[in-house]
Amino acid sequence: MSFPKGYMFTKDHEWVSLDGDIASVGITSHAADQLGDVVFVELPEVGTSYEHGDVFAVVESVKAAVDCYMPLSGEIIEVNEELEAGYEIMNQDPHGAGWIVRVRATDVSELNELMSAEAYTEYLSTLE
Amino acid sequence: MNELKRTGFYEAHVAAGGKIVPFAGFELPVQYSSIVAEHTAVRTTAGIFDVSHMGEIFLQGPDALANVQRLVTQDLTKVKPNRAVYAGMLYADGSFVDDVLVYCLAEDAFLLVVNAANLAKDHKWIEGNVFGDCVCENRSDSISQLAIQGPASRDIVQKVTDVDLTDMKYYRFRQGNVLGIDAIVSRTGYTGELGFELYFDRSHSMTVWNALMKAGQPLGLQPAGLGCRDTLRLEAGMALYGNDIDDEHTPLEAGLAWIVKMDKGDFNGRSILEKQLTDGLTRHLVGFELVDKGIPRHGYLVYAGDHEIGVVTSGTMSITLKKPIGLAYVQHGFEAVGTEIDVEIRNRRMKATVVSLPFYSNTR
Repeated sequence: MSFPKGYMFTKDHEWVSLDGDIASVGITSHAADQLGDVVFVELPEVGTSYEHGDVFAVVESVKAAVDCYMPLSGEIIEVNEELEAGYEIMNQDPHGAGWIVRVRATDVSELNELMSAEAYTEYLSTLE
Repeated sequence: MNELKRTGFYEAHVAAGGKIVPFAGFELPVQYSSIVAEHTAVRTTAGIFDVSHMGEIFLQGPDALANVQRLVTQDLTKVKPNRAVYAGMLYADGSFVDDVLVYCLAEDAFLLVVNAANLAKDHKWIEGNVFGDCVCENRSDSISQLAIQGPASRDIVQKVTDVDLTDMKYYRFRQGNVLGIDAIVSRTGYTGELGFELYFDRSHSMTVWNALMKAGQPLGLQPAGLGCRDTLRLEAGMALYGNDIDDEHTPLEAGLAWIVKMDKGDFNGRSILEKQLTDGLTRHLVGFELVDKGIPRHGYLVYAGDHEIGVVTSGTMSITLKKPIGLAYVQHGFEAVGTEIDVEIRNRRMKATVVSLPFYSNTR
């Protein structure tokens, strides 16, 4: 399993890709594989602000519902409306078209608390 | 925790990439490729399920019929050999010991197929109830069971059996052979789809699996796991013991009046059912569709306005119908089709509507 360079990762299996102060957030391919077929995502409302660690979305597969935790504090500026047309994109392209929200980060230095692709890969190996 | 058992198909599951999970004391595949893909295969082509975890209890002897009549809610005097019926096996209080398939093998021989999680309890219950000249035998460990389900299932199974499946009706079966091996070939299943179930000696497990896979692959047969077994049965409106039926609800409350034959004479639980029929029911198992977005799940509460009126027993995103569906027990008065109810999902009330069951059926 490989993870995009430049993305940062949480222990709860979210990813962040930062462009200026705008962060795209999704779940990792590891999380998507563990969940199995995603069939629903409860999205937040645009304009809502979250602290890092807050639950901002719920991803549901056939078998389970899991909370998604905000990797860095900020305001939701966009949610991925395309997901509803076919949640399978969350399994097919979790690091790309399967993104969940875009956030205007209030403190990009929070990113330093997260893991690089290499560190996340290492972290996953400890979970087995 | 007892050591987990493996069925005779374990190697096949591993070879096919099955994701193995503990289930009812067995190591079984929850999925191979994906639940959605396997579910869709059963609805469009065919899927093969290892259901060897199910229990097989035989009752045989001059008093076998009288015993089965006492044990279950169906009237076996009306069931000829080569026919099977779905029935409730009840406690004296009218609640379920288990739900069972009863195969009439001969006038004095019956096979009860029971849930794996209930096998020990069921066997003990039956042994404790058995009377007269009737032998009760649990052969679960030596019998393998496969379910081949889907529109292509008849053509696939016909390739490996000498039993003529052309005109076999739903809930009929034959004792014949599969690849020259003694087997019960039964037109039954837990998917709401055309399908067959095979029972045979465990020693032939891999032979039968491999032959079916070879015969079925050109017709789109895929191995299918426990995950889609649950989503398929829920679309078919079929109850799952431990979720929708249990030792706290009667078959009348569970909407299974059709399996209860009150005019057949006495049977376990009858007096309570009689009372419920006289007094009326206080709660009903109903099917519902969620109108709002979300997925109902087991244990979620059901409301009408501010009043809690019930609980969801099963729920999923229907893969075939592409909408959220579920089963729930609701208070009397809220069971009519079209009734608007609310399901609480993560502290939010979501609108739902009571609908008729099944959600989906294609067994004819």
